[in-house]
Amino acid sequence: MSEGMIKVTVIDREDKAHELEAPTDMNMNIMELCKAYELPVEGTCGGMALCSTCHCYVQSEHELAEATEDEEDMLDQAFFVEDNSRLGCQLHLKDEMDGLVIKLAPVGN
Amino acid sequence: MTMNKTDILIIGAGPVGLFTVFEAGLLKLKCHLVDSLPQPGGQLTEIYPKKPIYDIPGYPSVLAGELIDNLMEQIKPFDPQFTLGERAETIEKDADGDFVLTTSRGTKIKAPVIAIAGGLGCFEPRKPPISNIAEFEDKGIEYIIKDPEFYRGKKVVIAGGGDSALDWTIFLAEMTSELTLVHRRTQFRGALDSVEKVMELAKAGKINLVTEAQVTGLKGNDKLESIEIKHKTEGVVNINTDHFVPLFGLSPKLGPIAEWGLNITKNAIEVDTKDYSTNIPGIYAIGDINTYEGKLKLILCGFHEGTMMVQSAFKHIYPDKKLSFKYTTVTGVTGFEKENA
Repeated sequence: MSEGMIKVTVIDREDKAHELEAPTDMNMNIMELCKAYELPVEGTCGGMALCSTCHCYVQSEHELAEATEDEEDMLDQAFFVEDNSRLGCQLHLKDEMDGLVIKLAPVGN
Repeated sequence: MTMNKTDILIIGAGPVGLFTVFEAGLLKLKCHLVDSLPQPGGQLTEIYPKKPIYDIPGYPSVLAGELIDNLMEQIKPFDPQFTLGERAETIEKDADGDFVLTTSRGTKIKAPVIAIAGGLGCFEPRKPPISNIAEFEDKGIEYIIKDPEFYRGKKVVIAGGGDSALDWTIFLAEMTSELTLVHRRTQFRGALDSVEKVMELAKAGKINLVTEAQVTGLKGNDKLESIEIKHKTEGVVNINTDHFVPLFGLSPKLGPIAEWGLNITKNAIEVDTKDYSTNIPGIYAIGDINTYEGKLKLILCGFHEGTMMVQSAFKHIYPDKKLSFKYTTVTGVTGFEKENA
């Protein structure tokens, strides 16, 4: 794997796994990564932790920065929130996240 | 019902729709704006009024709400008309070849040109992804509380942790026969005094407060009879109820615009970048709601799109008139006389 690139697995809402190559030197987050690969993530608010459309579950054992109060507040507007729930837009891609596995949470219509 | 008439009917009163009033005004074209939200500003006032924006030319930093206030001030000379809190539903052509738009409340507006500046769509309550939820809509499930009297003497479950969930819990506590508030954690993000009031009501036994829990299932024949709540540590419980009101905020949906015969790709309206016209002559799309090669969803770009669009709209309305371009530095801004003084 080239420098500044990691692998992230995103499991979509049909349980299909997508292994994505993700750059760590572009200040990208998981929501933006999913959108770049045209996975079904809306990212309505553009990444301000203000809409919860990028709600996902972290399924690997990576140690991630804890959710801020703003992120927790916005998870209140998400559905089927679990202990491993996060907003994708608040997870910034870093080298130590290589091998991360996340699953997209269900969305209402 | 009276028919409102205007030159450009703008759907969406966000920053791009508002600035378009200014550019149209310079060409002596009048505008009428329609928005499903009760206040102008679109997502800037609805989602992030207190967030600073850094890429508006001439403003090193401006709060989203402040930008909307300034735009409202800037367009005041052109006396725009507003129909707020009503969703644009249907359009049809009348005998003059003009469009007639009908809103969700039956307001009719007639114009030769429509500019769709709908942003991400119209804001609608977010619905929980419970598989059979649609079966119970208006049969025990409401996403908005319209008339609190409706719940008098009934068993009601509210879900959510924001201000609307807290405020309605406090309001309905005295009138319902049984009220349960379900929230996914023990903290609430709503106003502190509302949180305290809810805690007091729970302590006094006037409401059932179920925290660290989420509504996961719905049961009933013809109408809602019970809901299933999954508690973080205590497992699944069922609660009998007449009503379930999930209050999880608003999210934008493209809505009825999708049915107007416009070419749409991925929830956005295809436009010609020459003038931001759509496939229907006389209908334009500007701002976040349109798409074209190289599209950037920026307020800045929306301002440009609206500016280009009104030039083309002028030619559409007055095919035989010549338009001479004027700078505001030369001519200043000459407003319109007020219609409803």
